[in-house]
Amino acid sequence: MHALLATVMGDSSPTYLGWGVFTIQIGNFIIISVMIVLFVLALVLPFPAGRKRK
Amino acid sequence: MTHIVQQPTSESTDSPDRGPDEEFYTWTGKARRWMLKTLPPDKLLPETQPSYVASWIYVFGMGAIASLVVLIVSGVVLGLNGPSWWHLSSFGHFINSTHLWSAEFFFLFMVVHLWGKFWMASWRGGRLLTWITGVVAFAASIGAAFTGYLVQTNFESEWISYQAKDVVNATGIGAWFNLANVGQMFMWHIVLLPLAVAAIVALHVLLVRVHGVVAPIDAADTDTQLRDAVIPELHDKADK
Repeated sequence: MHALLATVMGDSSPTYLGWGVFTIQIGNFIIISVMIVLFVLALVLPFPAGRKRK
Repeated sequence: MTHIVQQPTSESTDSPDRGPDEEFYTWTGKARRWMLKTLPPDKLLPETQPSYVASWIYVFGMGAIASLVVLIVSGVVLGLNGPSWWHLSSFGHFINSTHLWSAEFFFLFMVVHLWGKFWMASWRGGRLLTWITGVVAFAASIGAAFTGYLVQTNFESEWISYQAKDVVNATGIGAWFNLANVGQMFMWHIVLLPLAVAAIVALHVLLVRVHGVVAPIDAADTDTQLRDAVIPELHDKADK
């Protein structure tokens, strides 16, 4: 119930990461990191072979 | 004076043997000729794809479309039940979370798709309009996501709308596009912007089918769309 209330009220306080003048909210940091990792993996991982055409 | 016009027979109108030299007089006939010439059925729904499409970098566009389908379906359920339903119902909360995460995945896949196409210079080969429709779809999606934040009917949406209100007011359109008006934002979020995104994405996909999937920059010249490369030996080599 408290979690639901917290969601409705929007009172969750975000965590921020910082390096010098650069600051980023941890959710945004995770999403951007996942996108970069996906992009790199898409370039290097082999694509599974499909069905052989006749 | 009465002109008697002979009714066309079924052979003359429905014959599948219509040649390319056939004359079209009506706008519907001319439109059909243009559509069949621009995007014939075997190009719209192809049986095969070029060998270079067998790469993970080519899956993210379809990933974004799959996410968009889930996004729209979950949004329809949320919209039919009203803006505050998800606060009071466990199922509503689940559907709201589905809507949020499909939006997250939609943007995630769209951005990786954008990176892949940017570094591939995918506007090559007459594909400039395909690239532009992708950019416009991205911009319209940002607007749709932003108005989604505004219709959560919680304190977060109130905070975001009153922060962003100053930005919109500074542009001069604040009196007409009122971020604090949840009814207006709801209409933009569930009708206008989804229609815009869906229409632009549909046009984007049709343009991809018209011009074919863009090849990597270093792809061999022979490895083009199979429609153009009709030499069977090439396909056999590509399969081996």
